[in-house]
Amino acid sequence: MPSFVDPSKCDGCKGGDKTACMYICPNDLMVLNKEEMRAYNQEPDACWECYSCVKICPQGAIAVRGYNDFVPMGGLVHPMRSADSIMWTIKFRNGNMKRFKFPVRTTAEGAANGYVGQTGSNLDDEKLLLEKDLPTPKK
Amino acid sequence: MALPNKPLGELPAIANPEIVEHKVDVLIVGGGMAACGCAFEIKKWAPADLKIQLVDKASMERSGAVAQGLSAINTYIGDNPIENYVKMVRNDLMGVVREDLIYDLGRHVDESVKLFEEWGLPIWKLDADGNNLDGAAPAPTLREGGKPVRTGKWQIMINGESYKCIVAEAAKTALGTENIMERIFIVKLLLDKNKPNTVAGAVGFSTRENKVHVFTAKAILCVCGGAVNIFRPRSTGEGKGRAWYPVWNAGSTYTMCAQVGATLTMMENRFTPARFKDGYGPVGAWFLLFKAKVQNGLGEFYANSDSVKAELSKFMPYGASAVTPTCLRNHLMLNELKEGRGPIYMATDVALNAFLDDRRAKGMDEKDVKKFWKHLESEAWEDFLDMSVGQAGLWAGMNIEPEKVGSEIMPTEPYMLGSHSGCCGIWTSGPNEDWVPTVNGPRSHQYKWGYNRMTTVDGLFTAGDGVGASGHKFSSGSHAEGRICAKQMVKYCRDNSHTPELGQSAADLAAEIYAPVRRYLEHVGKTTAADVNPNYCKPAGIMMRLMKATDEYGGGVATYYMTSGKLLNICLDLLRMLREDAELMAAGDLHELMRAWENYHRIWCVETHIRHIEFRKESRYPGFYYRSDYPTCDDANWKAFVNSTFDPATKEWKCEKVECINIVETEPWI
Repeated sequence: MPSFVDPSKCDGCKGGDKTACMYICPNDLMVLNKEEMRAYNQEPDACWECYSCVKICPQGAIAVRGYNDFVPMGGLVHPMRSADSIMWTIKFRNGNMKRFKFPVRTTAEGAANGYVGQTGSNLDDEKLLLEKDLPTPKK
Repeated sequence: MALPNKPLGELPAIANPEIVEHKVDVLIVGGGMAACGCAFEIKKWAPADLKIQLVDKASMERSGAVAQGLSAINTYIGDNPIENYVKMVRNDLMGVVREDLIYDLGRHVDESVKLFEEWGLPIWKLDADGNNLDGAAPAPTLREGGKPVRTGKWQIMINGESYKCIVAEAAKTALGTENIMERIFIVKLLLDKNKPNTVAGAVGFSTRENKVHVFTAKAILCVCGGAVNIFRPRSTGEGKGRAWYPVWNAGSTYTMCAQVGATLTMMENRFTPARFKDGYGPVGAWFLLFKAKVQNGLGEFYANSDSVKAELSKFMPYGASAVTPTCLRNHLMLNELKEGRGPIYMATDVALNAFLDDRRAKGMDEKDVKKFWKHLESEAWEDFLDMSVGQAGLWAGMNIEPEKVGSEIMPTEPYMLGSHSGCCGIWTSGPNEDWVPTVNGPRSHQYKWGYNRMTTVDGLFTAGDGVGASGHKFSSGSHAEGRICAKQMVKYCRDNSHTPELGQSAADLAAEIYAPVRRYLEHVGKTTAADVNPNYCKPAGIMMRLMKATDEYGGGVATYYMTSGKLLNICLDLLRMLREDAELMAAGDLHELMRAWENYHRIWCVETHIRHIEFRKESRYPGFYYRSDYPTCDDANWKAFVNSTFDPATKEWKCEKVECINIVETEPWI
C-alpha cells in the first residue's frame, strides 16, 4: 500500500534541511520537492507500507492507498500514534469501521537506559554486561 | 514539456563527489537489531580512546527488519533448557546447523529481552487466572518473575509497534549520537594492504549529498540483513514492495563479506514462508495463539491425515517431531496445491468461534462473551497492525472479518536470511571454550579460531542474518549476537596492534562507487528518454532481469520451487552475463545510485545461492526448493555443511563439503 501525500496538508516541514518523512523512511522513498515545498513517494512499488512516514508526519498529511495490483479500492487503515499508544482506524470497503488502541511504550521517550558509564570486568570470558555465570551444554 | 532524458530524482548526482576519509578502530555497518545490540554493548568493554563508528543506510529509529514493529518476540528461552532450543532449531533446519552458535545464542538472548522490557517495550503477561494482560497493564517484569504469554514454546507476545524505536534509542544513548552516521550506504569492504586476509576498512556514499565516505578500521561488524527481491515475487506491480522480509535488504551482508574472502555456509538454504496471500501477514499467532488450522479446497483439515503422516515418514528423523519443520509444512501444502486441492485457507472463523463456544460451554453469559470477543478481536487485528499493516489493509479492502470467513495462505517467493526459519550466511568462529569442537584444517572447516562470531577474515565480524547455519534467532537473538560481537571486537582491537592500511586510494574508490553516475551523465543525452539507452542499463531493469532468471531457472514460484542441475547451470550463465552488465548500470540521482549498488549486491548473493544448490546433490529442504535430479533428502551423503569461499586475488570460487558435528545429544533427537 504505497504512501501518498495530501498537498493541502504537507508544508514540506517548513523548508528545513529534511522533512520528517525523508528522515524516517527506511527505503529512502520520501523526497521533498523544494519548488513546491511538498514531499512525495518517489518509488511507490518499493514501499513496504511500514507506515513510518504516516506515523511521523507532523501535519498528518500522509496516508496509504492499497497496492493497486491486489487491494480493492475503498478501504483505509490509518494510525494516530502518541508517546505511549497507537489508535488505529480501519475503514472497510463496505463502509464498516473498527477502532483499536494498543500500548506502544511503557517508559517516557528518551528514558531507555543505555547503562552509560557501566563497564564489564573480564574481556577474556564470554559474559556480557549484567550476565552471571554462563552454562555449557549437557552432553 | 522537456524531453524525459534528464535526471528525475530530487537529489541529482554529480560526476565528482566530495571524498571524506575517516579513521576509526571499530566500524559497525548497519543499524538493525544486531547493530543496535553491538552499539549498546561495546562501550561497556572498550577503553575510552577506542574510536567506534556506526553507519546506517537508513535512520536507526526505523531501520532493518523490525522497522515496522513486531507482534511477538520469537526467541525467549525462559524456563526451557537451552539444549531443547538447539534441538528445535536443528530439527527445523533439517539437521545441518552449527549447534555451538545456537547454544551460545540461547544463553545470551534472554538478557536482551529483559533489557527491551526495561527500556519500555510492552510485553504481554499472564495474570493469576491465566488471562492475557497487555504489555502496559501493571504486572511483574520478566526480571521479577512475571510470566510472559507464550505462543508455542519459544515465542512471547508483545505490543511491538515501537519495538525498533525503543531498541534504537538505547543503542544511540549508549554509543553516543556523535558516533553515528545515518543515510550512508556502505557498499564495499576493503582488505589490508600489508596483512593478508585482514579487513582494513569500508567505503560507501551518502544518499543525501554527493559525498563518498572512506573508512579505515581495525575491526568491522557487517550486519545489513538478508536478501529480498532476489526471486520474482508473486506481486510484480506496486505490490512488489509488499515483500515478506524488508524490501530494503539487498543481500549486502553476504556479498560484501564474500567479496573480501569470507567463507559462506549453507547459502543453498532459503526461506519461502507460507503467509496470508498477497498481504504477507504473519501466521504464527494464528497457529499458536488462536489454534487455527489450515483447510484445503475440499474443506479438509489435511495436516493430520494418514497420507500426510506417510509423507512425513519419508523425512526421518525430521518428520517425526511434534512441530513439523517449516520446509516440510510447505512441502505438504505444495502437494495439496499441485494435486489441485487448493486453495489453502487458514480457518480463522473456525478458530475464533471455537474460543467463544468454549466460553459459552463453560457457562459464560452472553454479555461477558461479547466482552471477551472484543479482546480476542483486538488481539487478532493487532497481530497485523504491529508488523504487517498491509495485511490489515487488504482485509479492509476485501471486507474480510476473520470471525466470519477464513483467509487464503500461500508460500511466498524465496528469501535469503540467517535469523528467521532459514540459515544461509557466513561461516563464523564459535566461542573460544572447551565444549566447542576442535577441528583441524583451514578456518573454513573449524568451529573456533579465537574470536566468537569472527568470519574467516581477520577483524571482520557478523551477526543476525549474517551468521550462517544458526537460524531461529529472530529479533532478540540478533540483538544478543550483536552484543556478543561488541565484546569480541574490543578484544580483537586489544590483541592486534597493527595500523590498518588500505590497498586502494580514496580517489580510485570514489571513482568506482560513482561509476554509474559518470556513465549516466556521459550517455543520457544520446536518446530522447533516459530509461532506454543502448549505452547503459538502469537498476530497475537489472532487478527484473535477475528475478526472472532466478524464478524460471533457480526454483522460484514459476516452477513450484523445482529446479535441476541443468536449469541451475543455465541460471549461472544468465547471472554471469547479468553481473557483467551490472558494470553498465547508470544512475542519475542519489536514490538510483543506491538502487544500482543494491542490485549489484543482489546479483552476487543470488549467484552464491545457485552455486550452493548446484553443488549439493540432494534436496535438503523439500518445500523450500527441490532438485528434480536429486529429489530426496540424502542424509547418508549430505548431512554436511556446504561452505564456499571466493578468493579476492584469483577471483575463483571454491565449494566444499564440511563436517557437521552434533554437540547436543542426538538420542532422543528432539
